[in-house]
Amino acid sequence: MQLATREKIDNAAKLLFRMTGLMVIAILAGILLMLLWNTAAFFLKVKPFDFITGTQWNPSGSPAIYGMLPLLVSTSLVTFGAMCIAIPLGIGTASFLSDYAGKKLKSILKPAIEMLASVPSVAIGFLGIVVLGPGIAGMTGQSNGLNALNGAILLAIMSLPTIITVTQDALEGVPNAYKEASYSVGANRWQTLILVTIPAAAPGILAAIMLGVGRAIGETMTVLMATGNVSAFPKGFFHSVRTMTATIAIEMGEVPYQTTHYYGLFAIAAVLFLMTLLVNVVGEYFVNKYRKYQAA
Amino acid sequence: MNKEHIKLSATAAKLWFGTKQVLKNVTVAFPENKITALIGPSGCGKSTLLRCFNRMHDLSPDARIEGKFLLEEQNLYKGNLTATAVRRRIGMVFQQANPFPKSIYEKINYGLKINDIPKHERPAIIENALKESYIWDEVKDDLQKPATKLSGGQQQRLCIARTVALRPEVILMDEPCSALDPISTSKVEELILKLKKDYTIVIVTHNMQQAQRIADKTVFMYLGEIIEAGDTHQLFNKPQQEMTGNYVKGHFG
Ligand SMILES: Nc1ncnc2c1ncn2[C@@H]1O[C@H](COP(=O)(O)OP(=O)(O)OP(=O)(O)O)[C@@H](O)[C@H]1O
Ligand SMILES: [Mg+2]
Repeated sequence: MQLATREKIDNAAKLLFRMTGLMVIAILAGILLMLLWNTAAFFLKVKPFDFITGTQWNPSGSPAIYGMLPLLVSTSLVTFGAMCIAIPLGIGTASFLSDYAGKKLKSILKPAIEMLASVPSVAIGFLGIVVLGPGIAGMTGQSNGLNALNGAILLAIMSLPTIITVTQDALEGVPNAYKEASYSVGANRWQTLILVTIPAAAPGILAAIMLGVGRAIGETMTVLMATGNVSAFPKGFFHSVRTMTATIAIEMGEVPYQTTHYYGLFAIAAVLFLMTLLVNVVGEYFVNKYRKYQAA
Repeated sequence: MNKEHIKLSATAAKLWFGTKQVLKNVTVAFPENKITALIGPSGCGKSTLLRCFNRMHDLSPDARIEGKFLLEEQNLYKGNLTATAVRRRIGMVFQQANPFPKSIYEKINYGLKINDIPKHERPAIIENALKESYIWDEVKDDLQKPATKLSGGQQQRLCIARTVALRPEVILMDEPCSALDPISTSKVEELILKLKKDYTIVIVTHNMQQAQRIADKTVFMYLGEIIEAGDTHQLFNKPQQEMTGNYVKGHFG
């Protein structure tokens, strides 16, 4: 009797979780279909080439212009800036944690860095408006500091935890024998790190960078708050920009249903999806290569 | 066998990893231009003792060392002597040929680069080190080949070449033949015997035959202490301690 009940619960649980698993696939497929469907609808009205290479995004003008290049360049600019900051800092910090830091410092830093990853992006956005913005404005003499640089710094902060954690794992995965062989011929820590440990961990570090890039490209709230949201063609780090994500988030709320503009936002999302997919695939490739390398 | 010049020594050496004491009052001396074998059951602290001499423990934060370690008259842990300077004078060959994917040439070149040896001198030093290590004939046709493509025995001789290229005074070897087949082992042993005229060699081994084949002196360790040290022949055939006799006859360990 009891056994039969337990069996039933067991079966019910199995069913529930199998359904959850299938649902994930269904949702993923649904999103993909929705993106493709709406993108296709958009491309019936606007040529894909014009969409990608058009230098003006002005959906409410007459005639409406749907060129996403400024948005694409904005996203690239902010992401590139973020990586210029986060990659050296991240690799440096990870190296410090894995090779230099004492146990005590490590036990404080490690959870702190992980905590940084869990700060909501809205809160980081505040930081951009309240601290960084006025700071940049003060230094450059502009009226406000909401620009690409501001967004890049914030995105760097947000992608640092990922880059640090994954890089540190990669560095610590380098066999001790490699390092000891280097030390035994008289190399110091720095030489060993630069000439042996980092090259040996390179695939893992590349994976870390890819994950960081993915994080930065897809981030919405922070850039929405910090970059000023001017959809003109970006002129540089000290100018306001408007990324792809921010554009979708801003315009989706007010666009009439099933208009060209509405479809256009889906098309942007589709491009964004392709970009993050590409970054993730490349990252995943390096992670796998790294695992194989480790096992060998 | 009398009146030997002592090249390397430890006096009252103690070492802890955290709270665990691994070396308990070790006093030992290694004579110049001799091969000394370090034997003892697994975990008795042979590698730990060996690594004290080239200051490898500097890298593990929970290791604490006491005692006096001398190279000639020089205290290895005192004064302004850096660990890297010590390692330059006391080379080390590891149990496993380091599998770092580099070319044969680059593997030896690395140490030369690290030690700021002028670029134009390096090719000659590398060739010489390979010849000294009796591996030149086997690799001279393709020095750019990845070292990982060599056999285990060749890799181990390459590691020895890397060490001798820096002209150390002492070479520490931690079970250099434990991963090798008998033929490669005998080649490496032959090499070690030839190196003895220029270097002082300390070799950790679990192979009793190997110790008897190549070592002038043998030191028997047990649980972090030296039980007995002396001429190899005597230690194996007329041990002073019962424990030594049992160990070399394979009765425990
Ligand atoms: N880095 C370390 N941290 C903590 N304990 C260590 C460390 N290295 C070695 N030990 C411990 O010290 C003891 C001696 O180790 P050691 O490697 O010197 O033994 P060994 O005589 O070389 O053994 P084997 O013949 O197996 O190589 C062992 O109990 C080992 O667990
Ligand atoms: Mg050992």
